[in-house]
Amino acid sequence: MNEINPSGWRPALGAGSVPREIETFTGNRALQLEEALLFEIGAADRSGVDFDDVPDFDLSALGPNARKAAPDLPGLSEPETVRHYTRLSRQNYAIDLGVFPLGSCTMKHNPRLDEKVARMPGFADVHPLQPVQTVQGALSAINELAVWLVKLTGMHGVAMTPKAGAHGELCGLLCIRAALEAKGDPREVILVPESAHGTNPATAAFAGYRVENIPATADGRVDVAALTARLGPDVAGVMITNPNTCGLFERDLKVIADAVHAVGGYVYCDGANFNAIVGRVRPGDLGVDAMHINLHKTFSTPHGGGGPGSGPVVLSEALAPFGPLPFTSRQADGSIKLIEEEDAHLEHPQAFGRLCAFHGQMGMYTRALAYILSHGADGLRQVSGDAVLNANYVLRSLDDVLDAPFGPAGHCMHEALFSDDGFADGFSTLDLAKGLIDEGYHPMTVYFPLVVHGAMLIEPTETESKAGLDQFIGAMRSLAERAVAGDEMLKSAPHLAPRRRLDETLAARKPKLVYKDA
Amino acid sequence: MTRYFTKDHEWIAVEGSEATVGITHYAQSQLGDITFVEVPAIHATVGKGDSASVVDSVKAASDVYAPVSGTVTAVNAALEDQPELVNSEAEGEGWLWKMTLSDPAELAGLMDEAAYQTFVAEL
Repeated sequence: MNEINPSGWRPALGAGSVPREIETFTGNRALQLEEALLFEIGAADRSGVDFDDVPDFDLSALGPNARKAAPDLPGLSEPETVRHYTRLSRQNYAIDLGVFPLGSCTMKHNPRLDEKVARMPGFADVHPLQPVQTVQGALSAINELAVWLVKLTGMHGVAMTPKAGAHGELCGLLCIRAALEAKGDPREVILVPESAHGTNPATAAFAGYRVENIPATADGRVDVAALTARLGPDVAGVMITNPNTCGLFERDLKVIADAVHAVGGYVYCDGANFNAIVGRVRPGDLGVDAMHINLHKTFSTPHGGGGPGSGPVVLSEALAPFGPLPFTSRQADGSIKLIEEEDAHLEHPQAFGRLCAFHGQMGMYTRALAYILSHGADGLRQVSGDAVLNANYVLRSLDDVLDAPFGPAGHCMHEALFSDDGFADGFSTLDLAKGLIDEGYHPMTVYFPLVVHGAMLIEPTETESKAGLDQFIGAMRSLAERAVAGDEMLKSAPHLAPRRRLDETLAARKPKLVYKDA
Repeated sequence: MTRYFTKDHEWIAVEGSEATVGITHYAQSQLGDITFVEVPAIHATVGKGDSASVVDSVKAASDVYAPVSGTVTAVNAALEDQPELVNSEAEGEGWLWKMTLSDPAELAGLMDEAAYQTFVAEL
């Protein structure tokens, strides 16, 4: 196994040759810079901009809304502002710095080509209210992406506008509701298995359904017998995540879908993990009626940066007529028409309504289309192959030092799941995760999914090299051995981060929401 | 007063047609530090197995299910400021709500203390 820093750029420190704690006047530690709050750096009488004196202005026009005093906001110069955020960013971890193994989140490299395409003025500088004849290129890109998504999933249509995964779930369930109501058969219940994403039950409840849980089997998949036993005329549909949050493929999805359809229900598939099957499995062939695709995960648009997301929903022939407005339609002359409310009665009379003011996230569409076109059909197939191969490499490189509850049953898909079984008394998943910070990594997803005790969910993604994974695996093996052996130092990790272990309990119970008491 | 337990790790202490409900010591030890407790509304009607309350910990947010059907008569107001009571005294001062029972026969399906301890030991 590779050692950390095998290049040796950091001179080895002889034991005791340099004191561990050197006090500095500033509190900075070389390139590790302390940073105060904006309120502590700035001052109300400072500004980054010179304003003209305000001419006489009749404040009475504002009535009771006129301010009595200046707002208590800090003024900062431009360099102060730039440095503040740059310094903070250096205390953070990012996908551009190293492996980001958060399971269920798909933190992978964002190809710079896609970023370049998204910044082209014809895509980046258009306005949603421009006349459609002046934005034919942008609309054409949306339409082409829609064609790709339908083809890759084997579905009938796609609603492009939803702005994130959960928004897509809502879109799918509203389609199901509209389809059932159109038949005069509104139903009450959505079934959600334990192995589904946590957002699924929330979405179903928000869409007005009663949620009933379906247990998982011992091998981490949906209990088909329990699910089919619960099916009946009150069940509107089922929401299944495939591959699921245990990193396993739901092999019985077709059987489940046939059973749900037989009682008049619909199948929603959470496609957040589509990166594990793209180019190999078409959800439409498995009987799925609606599935959202997280463009910001599978098709490599920035994820984890606070958005924006994009969650188009592919729809079966049964649900497509109910998809929301607006959508694009290529005309006989090759131009793209935007179908809005004015024309809906002619081309799309059963739409359940609309989810967004405009057409969705243009910046995400262009990144995803660039990703798809630059990979090609064969490249996309390799994406899922490499994602699954990398996850299985992590699984089999660690399953002798960490308990892998579903490891003996076979391969995983895009993420590897471990439990805390075998740790020394008093040692937890949290300790290992904090130790990973000292090793220079963002921790993996912890305590999720709930079906595994002390869960550690690792998703390496297809963009990590073998060398990068080997170093990560080396760090994980070292930490696992320390947790099993009961190394007390691990319980107080991290030791080398800008801050030591924070009191997360106190922060949650008694959060301080102001920087100083008034 | 008789105390019963569920497979989902709730306890219910019954006295006549009144009962007090909470989560077990085992449940709090698995959840870790409790940070917030959402109690049901007073006068709310709950069915056996309904999600009646939510317990947030540093690890997860967990539903607490009503062990039997009935009507909520009181909630533990102390938990608003001291959710840690559920950690320190899960089966005492850390109770979640009190309720009247609409169908005392439902108690027959629950475990007694000895059966619950055996159940937990096998997890």
